[in-house]
Amino acid sequence: MENNELIPKKHKILDVYAQTDLDITYIVEYHGPLVVGTFLQVSIPRVGEAPISVSDFGDGFVELTIRKVGTLTDEIYNLNKGDYMYLRGPYGNGFDINQYKNKHLIVVTGGTGLAPVKQLVNYFSDNKNEVKKFDILLGFKSPKDVLFKDSIAKWKKNANVIVTVDSANALKTWDDKEGLVTEFISEFKVKDIDEVEVIVVGSPLMMKFTVLEFLKRGIPKSKIWVSFERKMSCGVGKCGHCKIDDTYVCVDGPVFDFVKGETLID
Amino acid sequence: MGFKLSNIEFNDIIKELSKNHKVYAPKRVESRGRFSDTDLILYKEIEAVEEIVYDKKSTYSPKEIITPITQTMFYFNEDGYKEANIDDKKIVIFIRPCDINALRRLDTIFLKNGDTEDYYYKRLREKVTIIMIECKESFENCFCVSMKSNKTEKYDLAVRISDEGVLCTSNTKEFTELLSKYKEVDFKPKFVKKNINVVNVPNITDINKEIFNHEMWDEFNARCIACGRCTTTCSTCTCFNTTDLHYDDNPNSGERRRTWASCHIDGFTTMAGGHNFRKDNASRMRFKAMHKIYDYQKRFGENMCVGCSRCDDICPQYIKFSSTINKISNVLKEGGKDGK
Repeated sequence: MENNELIPKKHKILDVYAQTDLDITYIVEYHGPLVVGTFLQVSIPRVGEAPISVSDFGDGFVELTIRKVGTLTDEIYNLNKGDYMYLRGPYGNGFDINQYKNKHLIVVTGGTGLAPVKQLVNYFSDNKNEVKKFDILLGFKSPKDVLFKDSIAKWKKNANVIVTVDSANALKTWDDKEGLVTEFISEFKVKDIDEVEVIVVGSPLMMKFTVLEFLKRGIPKSKIWVSFERKMSCGVGKCGHCKIDDTYVCVDGPVFDFVKGETLID
Repeated sequence: MGFKLSNIEFNDIIKELSKNHKVYAPKRVESRGRFSDTDLILYKEIEAVEEIVYDKKSTYSPKEIITPITQTMFYFNEDGYKEANIDDKKIVIFIRPCDINALRRLDTIFLKNGDTEDYYYKRLREKVTIIMIECKESFENCFCVSMKSNKTEKYDLAVRISDEGVLCTSNTKEFTELLSKYKEVDFKPKFVKKNINVVNVPNITDINKEIFNHEMWDEFNARCIACGRCTTTCSTCTCFNTTDLHYDDNPNSGERRRTWASCHIDGFTTMAGGHNFRKDNASRMRFKAMHKIYDYQKRFGENMCVGCSRCDDICPQYIKFSSTINKISNVLKEGGKDGK
């Protein structure tokens, strides 16, 4: 049973924070190496299993930010501090943080697409001397869908941060932007194209149109990084659900540069 | 060199093997075929050579012996997990050359793709001894020659079965010893050299982006009903779903199972929240076709399809995969563009 990769292990939930009405962050006991942008297979025995991005990690814990959106996540939503969830992984390639060092880094996310890059954003916000320039554009549906508010407040001190919502519903307390992320890409002034690295993570449609905006501005495909969301089921390249062309998103991805990303026709 | 055994003598061999093996072969299930008064030919356990249907293609491939349709992975309760056991006995399969070649595709996906070997596949696969059934001639729709999977040397024993007895030749010390007391004859298995159904398989370097969006796929929106039969009969389809179930009398105890899945069936790419990457039947057909004759080869160096044509035999809408491959080749020949 030791070499059975597919048996999940029991992990204690150390803390739980509500981010929005639907998104909850779980701090789960975890020992072992992790890389930003990878994912874990989270199980509740009797309900099932789903791939969940690692939104942060540290000594002895992993942070998972989970949206209540399906059968399994409905059940996870009921878990409290002291309860257990079952994990296996980590899976996927993740982001190589060295790729972005000493560069002009632009990160654009849509909704929960922020979760898989949150740790990377944190890192460069805390070590701002390691990037030449740091632009962050975060899109959410509405003011009540904004995730990681405390972290965003901290990032605003160290980077150029634009937060936008599709619609603020005339909310008077909303002082950030209103509109789709694609409308704000022109606000980033790129001095030297060779120094730019762009990370785009969000829904398939959001990524498609956001990447197009960067291509229009002459950013080469090799400098645009996307993270694919697919139905990763086994996580180890066997079950076939996440295959696109000759690529298995779970083992070859989920992070691709757009040279590769562009060739993946579902 | 080979051996000639009467059916009675060969049955002694089967009896000997059965002591510590489950012996599987294509077997007739009467009146359960696709049309009325036709039989279904399925891989099942046998006790005698007379039960083996050697003159017909099996409706389903032998893959279900090592990748069962439904397989319990582990049981769970409040205290933890218990891995599902498998039978102690080893496995002998009477299997045709194309299906032996298909087995290599299953091995590639389960043992070589990704960083880990699949635990559940490996523990059954390691038990398998292969007895190759010689194909005297090509069956209806077969296109194994076009797919270069008509031949193989990867067998432990090869047999030519007839009503008069069994001719065999061994590739292993164990079988040679077991057969040594029987009559020695000259026997080398023959392989199918020509199929009536000749398929023009495209060169993968000729496949372009245009073919993915070509209108040739549109007809499948009308014709394909996405029943998934082609993928269940396919000897190389390996995809599966993982699901949990719990027992009524104690909802905290239950099991996690792995079940065959099909890229044709609704839900294959649907994520939580409802986003579905391939909604229409045409794009599902395109996805499967490209996997079988293009992208698998790009990743692993040989085509996935072995030309057993069980998909052609089973399709309720009379879609021929072999014709689809030819159509791709023709479209490519015309430059692959349709002005879309």
